[in-house]
Amino acid sequence: MRYSPAQGIARGIFRVTGMGKKYGVEWWILVAGALIIAAILYMALFPSSIAPFSPHNQTAGPQLLPPGGKYLMGTDNLQRDVWSRIVYGSQTILRVAVLAAIISSVLGITLGLISGFSGGLFDRFLSLIMDSLYSFPGLILAIAFAAMLGPGVINITLAVAVIYIPTYFRLVRGQTLSIKEELYVEAARAIGSSGPTILWKYIFPNVIATTVVVFTLNVADAIMIEAALTYLGLGLPPSIVDWGMDLSMGKKFLPSGVWWLITFPGAMISLLAVGFTMLGEGLAEILNPRLLER
Amino acid sequence: MRNLTRYIITRVLLTIPMVFILLSIVFVVLRVMPGDPVSAMLGGHAPESVIEQKKEEMGLNRSMAVQYFDYLWQICRLDLGESMVFKQRVTKAIGEKLPATIELTAFGILITLFLGVFMGAYAADKRRMVQDYVIRLYGIVVYCIPVYWMGLMLQLIFGIWLDVLPIAGRTGPRVFASTFEKTGFYVLDTILVKDFSAFGDVVIHLILPAFTLGLVLSGIFVRLTRANMLDVLRSDYIVAAEARGIRHRKIVYRHALKNAFIPILTMMGLQIALLMAGAVLTETTFSWPGMGRLLLERIYLRDYPTIQGVIIMIALIVAMASLIVDIIYAIVDPRVRY
Repeated sequence: MRYSPAQGIARGIFRVTGMGKKYGVEWWILVAGALIIAAILYMALFPSSIAPFSPHNQTAGPQLLPPGGKYLMGTDNLQRDVWSRIVYGSQTILRVAVLAAIISSVLGITLGLISGFSGGLFDRFLSLIMDSLYSFPGLILAIAFAAMLGPGVINITLAVAVIYIPTYFRLVRGQTLSIKEELYVEAARAIGSSGPTILWKYIFPNVIATTVVVFTLNVADAIMIEAALTYLGLGLPPSIVDWGMDLSMGKKFLPSGVWWLITFPGAMISLLAVGFTMLGEGLAEILNPRLLER
Repeated sequence: MRNLTRYIITRVLLTIPMVFILLSIVFVVLRVMPGDPVSAMLGGHAPESVIEQKKEEMGLNRSMAVQYFDYLWQICRLDLGESMVFKQRVTKAIGEKLPATIELTAFGILITLFLGVFMGAYAADKRRMVQDYVIRLYGIVVYCIPVYWMGLMLQLIFGIWLDVLPIAGRTGPRVFASTFEKTGFYVLDTILVKDFSAFGDVVIHLILPAFTLGLVLSGIFVRLTRANMLDVLRSDYIVAAEARGIRHRKIVYRHALKNAFIPILTMMGLQIALLMAGAVLTETTFSWPGMGRLLLERIYLRDYPTIQGVIIMIALIVAMASLIVDIIYAIVDPRVRY
């Protein structure tokens, strides 16, 4: 049976409300988060369909015009349209944060699995390094890395990625240690499975579920770190459109009461982070009600 | 108490490998990455021979291993060395900036605890009511607001629009720190010399930065307190207290909160790292002359010894703070035995 688009949407809404009845408030938190992310993702994917000007267009309008009329969020000191810069800026922050989270999760999970499974001196050594990194303020580490690597999208992604490796490592290593002792792993060993097979086929699938929530919350955190680095003037060349950089540029005009240059980029950073946090919190409650007690 | 002493000694000894590993990573990263202090100082126009000669003088041309062990030996003598860019001991540079950071973070954490704990307790008391949902939403949202943006918005509202609070620095232009500076903690200094107009000025400058830092972190404590309070409120002795007819408010904020506070205390140790990171950003936003600003300035200059010194110092602060929290924990909760 085929549905018309309207029917499809109706069914979708029905489903969503049905889930809402089953899981309660947590489901709505998840949906709200997903909607926020979807909206910003749309901005990032199809910027030209929303933004009236190019983000680099220095003749978009008069200088430092307050929001209103043709300029939804006003114009900046270089006569560019703030709203257009917000739309295009979503690309940078999403790319950096998601890519950084992917890099650190892949590295952290792999190292955690191997370390927890093999044990011994290697495990001790790696754990010590990861614990030291974990206890140190991540942002300060990222500042050091970003400053040393110099400006660039890849560089800032790496600087952000480094600080989350210990998070995944500690989580996955701990789980591997306990799963390693399970009966089904024992059984796999008894039928003669090799170490890598056990790790990949028996332990990895059981570990991966818990990392989903951590990944989502990690992206939320990475968003704020990315924006913090670019706000401090580290990490990106000026030709790239970025919310954090717009914020630090707007900061200069704050004493003269130019509110729109700082309000909008900052609100967008917060909104995106809220979106991922809500998605993560909702997922955590639904996937594992005991993970975050109440 | 004997066990506690032993525990403290073990913990102190455990911070050594942590600091050592961080130091090693930073040391290697600084030297592997492009850029060096001499080029940063002389700019791009200096002739190659001058740069080489200067590097030779500073010992930057020695092999990395030699430089590394040299530095480690220096650290073992509790010497952080001299800045490569300015004629200044690193310990002195840090000593000048450290009180500003500690003053900011101390007041920040006070505000965080006060807001977070009371809102969390209130939310737990009003569980599944509108107040509860509002406070929980506040917890999520406030945690996602970048600390620097919060700072800028508070500056805009209270510094520009309402024009009631200063937005930068530790003192106003007419108040000279040199007339009262003794410890570097201005709030304390101004009280010591009984200069109350300066005291007022210092406090007014502290309000916005401390609130910025405190508000952002309060989200975590709202959540923690709420979760712990829910557990405590369900326990038998609370029911017993209700049965005895003690006023509800007294039960929640006296009996229950006291017990819920203990796990919150342990979590506080873990938040110190976050607090330090927040302090760096707050300092930049409010032109607060602390460790974070020092680190950023020196990173641009590739001033290796100062960067390493600041990193060591921050690592030590984090380690010490969590140790102190643990000790308080052991004293407050007689059930804890190490």
